Amino acid sequence: MDDFLNASVIIANFILIPGLAYGSQLALGALGVTLVFSVLRFSNIAHGETMAAGAMFTLLFTWWFKSMSISIEPFPTAILALPFATVLAACLCLITDVSIYRYYRKVKAEPAIYIIVSVGVMFVYSGFIRFLIGPNDRQMSDGQRFLFKAREFKNLTGLNEGLAIKTSQVISISSAFVAVGVLFWFLKHTRTGKSMRAFSDNEDLALLSGINPERVVLVCWIITAILATLAGSLYGLDKSFRPFVFMQLLLPIFAAAIVGGFGNPVGAIVGGFIIAFSELFVTFAYKRVLTYILPESLAPNSLTQFLSTDYKIAVSFVILVLVLLIKPKGIFSQENS
Amino acid sequence: MNPTKRIIVLYSIMAVLFLVVGLNQGWDVAILIFNLCIISAIMALGVNIQWGYAGLFSIGSMGFAALGGLASVIISAEPVVEAWQIGGPGIVSGAIVLILTGLLSFYSWKKLGLGGWKRISVTAFVVLFGIVIMRLFAVPAIKAIENVDPAAAGYLGGFGLPITFSWICGGLLAGGVAWLIGKVSLGLRADYLAIATLGISEIIIFILKFEDWLTRGVKNVTGLPRPVPYEIDLVNSDVFQQWSSSRGLDTMGAASILVKLCYSALFLSVLIAVLYLSEKALKSPWGRMMRAIRDSEVAAAAMGKDVKARHLQVFVLGSAVVGIAGAMLTTLDGQFTPTAYQPLRFTFLIWVMVIIGGSGNNWGAILGGFVIWFFWVQAEPIGLWIIEFLTSGLPKDSDIRIHLIQSAAYMRLITMGILLLVVLRFSPRGLIPETNR
Repeated sequence: MDDFLNASVIIANFILIPGLAYGSQLALGALGVTLVFSVLRFSNIAHGETMAAGAMFTLLFTWWFKSMSISIEPFPTAILALPFATVLAACLCLITDVSIYRYYRKVKAEPAIYIIVSVGVMFVYSGFIRFLIGPNDRQMSDGQRFLFKAREFKNLTGLNEGLAIKTSQVISISSAFVAVGVLFWFLKHTRTGKSMRAFSDNEDLALLSGINPERVVLVCWIITAILATLAGSLYGLDKSFRPFVFMQLLLPIFAAAIVGGFGNPVGAIVGGFIIAFSELFVTFAYKRVLTYILPESLAPNSLTQFLSTDYKIAVSFVILVLVLLIKPKGIFSQENS
Repeated sequence: MNPTKRIIVLYSIMAVLFLVVGLNQGWDVAILIFNLCIISAIMALGVNIQWGYAGLFSIGSMGFAALGGLASVIISAEPVVEAWQIGGPGIVSGAIVLILTGLLSFYSWKKLGLGGWKRISVTAFVVLFGIVIMRLFAVPAIKAIENVDPAAAGYLGGFGLPITFSWICGGLLAGGVAWLIGKVSLGLRADYLAIATLGISEIIIFILKFEDWLTRGVKNVTGLPRPVPYEIDLVNSDVFQQWSSSRGLDTMGAASILVKLCYSALFLSVLIAVLYLSEKALKSPWGRMMRAIRDSEVAAAAMGKDVKARHLQVFVLGSAVVGIAGAMLTTLDGQFTPTAYQPLRFTFLIWVMVIIGGSGNNWGAILGGFVIWFFWVQAEPIGLWIIEFLTSGLPKDSDIRIHLIQSAAYMRLITMGILLLVVLRFSPRGLIPETNR
């Protein structure tokens, strides 16, 4: 029995909890991508950099608060900085929209042109971020690092294996939960939310029924900015803030959005967790788990990994490509390619 | 201004820019930038063939450039005989199993006549089973190969052939892989295709980065042979010494410049060949058909053109050109560095070149390659100069000034982004627009 418990604790410690935290971060990112896709109808290559910008604003506010010795122990100061950062990120998105994207909406540009435009935006954002804060690795988290530590868990339960839960993981999971709840409530029950859904379903009909498209776009960018800041800051809290990482996160995020069906918010969330867990499942070394479960004679000598950890991010690319090729409308759709 | 005049004027401005760099920063720097400009221009030509000719939206040029680099390694590196003896059979049988798996999964996907989840699960089973068998052969072989003198070799090595030959092979390899990729992915609509190619190019880089038996991975393959003489041989040769001293030149500097000029000559001849062929193709009935497909796929299909096959063709051709450029880049560097392949530099920057130069126009794509690479390199000194000028009022040790000067390197990202956005907005057809024929 103890063996089984020990094995489950390892799984929980190395797959379940990190997967939930990483999955929530991906889901928030994918929601932003999906929202822009369904309202503005293009794949926003600059979304990774929007997340980086949001995280950078959070970091700047955190430093500022720290310099005034404002803190909210035991929570990280970043939580306090988040609302202010989202305001800045929303301003950034709106400035970008008015100065750049609006023109292409007016001339009804093709999706490919939009993507090239968003590549331009990506260049400017990434330059801007590195210009302001530099390319280095920065710690975002402060306050209490662990909710409880592996040693405390061992003492408490008497098991061999420890379970550690980081504060940032709990914050990631719970704030993603709250954000998603609020977002769905907003889309389902408010007038603006309904008009956004109508606009994404059928633009012409929505326009005919008197929905102001510019207002829908405005709200869409504000929500995207909030989601991106949240996703970026949570990722930064969990790991650390490095500007170039967000470029690498772009593809897992797109993978998450596409797996669940581009433009489908529920799909984006499910996709986020699918990507996160498959990355961890495929690259986890099951040796320790198997030594607990299997009888001694069968215990493996090797690491028993499907793929080496090097390929962790590549897993999401493979899923992305496979889904695009087999079911480009997402795993929930009925059609095949 | 008529198109030919425009080309002449803009190309002359570019030449003047090189003169300025040569006179201010030295000819060594100027020729180095010039060589990289040529390689960028060839990559831009490749992307232009895809986007400008046929309107195919692929953002995966990074992967093909890297495949070109891989070809350089495989063709020109010295073979590691011991590794071949130990691991060769295992690798070859693994490769055979992999090919068989590919064929079988294709068969079960297309020909078995199953539908829905049954088809997916049968194919998935075939693929997984094939991979397991392949690993049975390959994994011990890979381990053995990587243990052969890991500090200097640890990989199979290449064939030890002349490196210029690898340029053709780089094109063939990139084209072949592009055929496979195109075969499965070209049915996707524009923005899905973009994301798929972005993902595939990342997968290619991952494989090159972590399959040490093939590429030495992050340990890099260094010391690839050169198609041109080494500086040190020139300096030691009597003929060169006499020649340079008779002109009153510094022997070392002259040798370095001469070597770079040799590269320029080789690269220029490739550029001219690719340009000649591209122009021929663009002006032929084939080029007209491509433009028809680009402007309206529906209309072209109604006229009996096989849109999917033409897309595949143009995807393969464009990728092959990018592969050639990738092999040339690895030749110039003399080493293969898988970690150097970043989408920003090898995919998005190439796109900036094509858009700014003028998509659909080969002369424009080349100019784009030159202009963008030139400013990509020179943005740092120019940015530094501007910042120093702007902050000259501030005290030398002011934090803002120090921070700004340290950040000058990132000016290039902002400059490129703004350039792209401005050109797209106000002159979407680029510096040298496509001529109406």
